[in-house]
Amino acid sequence: MKNLIQKLTETFSPSGYEPAIRAVIRDEVKPLADEIRVDALGNLITRKGSKAKNGKRIMLAGHMDEIGLMATHIDEHGFIRFTGLGGIRPLALIGGRVRFTDGTPGVIGSDRLTDPSKVPTLEQCFIDVGASSRKDCPVKLGDVCAFERPFVDLGNRMIAKSMDDRIGCAVMIETMRTLKASPHELYFVFTTQEEVGTRGASTSAFGVDPDLGLSLDVTGTGDTPKASKMEVSLGLGPAVKIKDGGMLADPRIVNWMIRTAEKGKIPYQREILEGGTTDARAIQVARAGVPAGCLSIPSRYIHSPSEMVDTGDVLGAVKLLVALLSSPVDL
Amino acid sequence: MPSIGNAQLKLLEKLCNACAVSGDEGEVRGIVLEEIKNHADDIKVDALGNILARRTGSGSKRLRVMLSAHMDEVGLMLVGDDGEGLFRFEIVGGIDVRHLPGKAVLVGKEHLPGVIGARPIHLTTAEELKHQIPLDDLRIDTGPGDSKVKPGDRAVFATRFQRNGPVIIAKALDNRLGVVTLVELIKNSPPNIDLLAAFTVQEEIGMRGAKVAAYSFNPDLGIAVDATPSYDLPDWEGEENFSYNTKLGLGPAIYIGDRDILSDPRLVRWMSDTSKAIGIPCQFRQPGSGGTDAGAIHRARAGVPSLSVSVPHRYSHTAASIARLDDWKNTFALLHAALGRLTPAILASESG
Repeated sequence: MKNLIQKLTETFSPSGYEPAIRAVIRDEVKPLADEIRVDALGNLITRKGSKAKNGKRIMLAGHMDEIGLMATHIDEHGFIRFTGLGGIRPLALIGGRVRFTDGTPGVIGSDRLTDPSKVPTLEQCFIDVGASSRKDCPVKLGDVCAFERPFVDLGNRMIAKSMDDRIGCAVMIETMRTLKASPHELYFVFTTQEEVGTRGASTSAFGVDPDLGLSLDVTGTGDTPKASKMEVSLGLGPAVKIKDGGMLADPRIVNWMIRTAEKGKIPYQREILEGGTTDARAIQVARAGVPAGCLSIPSRYIHSPSEMVDTGDVLGAVKLLVALLSSPVDL
Repeated sequence: MPSIGNAQLKLLEKLCNACAVSGDEGEVRGIVLEEIKNHADDIKVDALGNILARRTGSGSKRLRVMLSAHMDEVGLMLVGDDGEGLFRFEIVGGIDVRHLPGKAVLVGKEHLPGVIGARPIHLTTAEELKHQIPLDDLRIDTGPGDSKVKPGDRAVFATRFQRNGPVIIAKALDNRLGVVTLVELIKNSPPNIDLLAAFTVQEEIGMRGAKVAAYSFNPDLGIAVDATPSYDLPDWEGEENFSYNTKLGLGPAIYIGDRDILSDPRLVRWMSDTSKAIGIPCQFRQPGSGGTDAGAIHRARAGVPSLSVSVPHRYSHTAASIARLDDWKNTFALLHAALGRLTPAILASESG
């Protein structure tokens, strides 16, 4: 599974520009799915199995896109000004490297700061791709890039850019592989444009029209020095979301997930996330409404170029998802 | 070739001088309905007040293309009567409070005159000059005794449309430029598509009209035709201005991304390829904040590949904006040519 995670996290596909990661995931799921389609917003929608008498149509959503930068202006000396795609913090940028979707590498610098103790604004940052004029700059207005940072395996922990949310995609792919039998019609949806407002999930949920929805995404932790208070730590198992900044998980879904984890003796954590949200928010309010929840993979340093997850938590998430989907659901 | 000429300028003048603050678009709606009544196969006004007009093409395998232009404009709403013709008011849509004091306004459906009062400089202290006047301290003064003005009435800046050679100065160029463009596209709709025209309401307060219009039409693709700010003035101290949004004179502005949508890259390519093929200039708007009806259209139902094309203009959402006639002519010409080249092949490849 680590090879899969490396392959997914070392692919560059910021929000709205997901063809590269879609191709990688499509190759992985082709032998595992009964039907594959791509909708108007680029979501990769894969169906596995059909509804038995006691089954439901269940939508699983993990987003393929990652945060990134989009060029807004190339100046006369070839420096690139940019805007953020998704939640970009200048603090995570300076000195970092990026790669554009055509492969062009670059480094991020900033204007001279009159007060060096202050963090620059996004407008004070620029990308340098080694060009010396507007003319010889290979990047054009509107081109997009993502963080460049290789995958690192620390054994029980893994670090990479875009663990958010390639790790959710990896858990879904691994679940498709492991799942023996299910009474459900399962839609594994690899969504687009989550980081700019769960846009892919909102259109794909309309298209799939599920009876029940779960997103697979990262969540924050409170286990680093002077972290903000949060009752989630790396290594204590996948997290069952109760609430985040955009959604109240359906309590019946929460109970079903906890019941299943306890029955299977799978360690889990209860999660309340103060800010941020996931695709489940969009699924929940699709059409006439869908009972929805989220299975989270705890992650440190989210939206930095080095997001860290725990290997045991990832394997636990697969185990729990397989268990959830193997039996009929009685909410 | 159809183009923007005197008749279209006349219509633009009439529409810019009309008052249609978000939620109260009746005056503009009436003018548009009259203009298009003999040119569409089907016209209806929906529950929110959008005009939904359909013009069916004649070719085989026609794409159903939604074009949207919002009828509403930013403005003011009277919210309280202080007596003596003085009214408290709120802002509808995005207007900078600093632009308000001392401006003449027109109030209500009868366009009654009023003024947002400002203290004369003779009676203002040096200290007061340093501070912005908060909205709570501003009043619209219509003079005493006019019982026709009531809380709930809308007000707009009293600017009259003016044309000076290549230049247009008016209020509400955002988005009467788009409205006239869409009227002309209906009249000259190419046969290879079904044109689904939405003249929308309430764009300036969150694209509310476009959301329900896109649900109704359920189109194959969507294009918002709008007007976008330029701030293309030289920067201070000889530094390069790198946040101009768009520049006047460079032609229609194609959107790559804004606050609400990342444009479908297939449609961006189609529009810029058309520009090259027919020799009409265009520019890419700087990606960033702001939004148009396309933000709502692309999220409708199971998703709609969407794009925005706008006429650049300076001083948007103020009492008086400036646009160049050439940019507008080129916007119409580009859209008309692009629609004429449109085939289902554009959606054959996947998004991205």
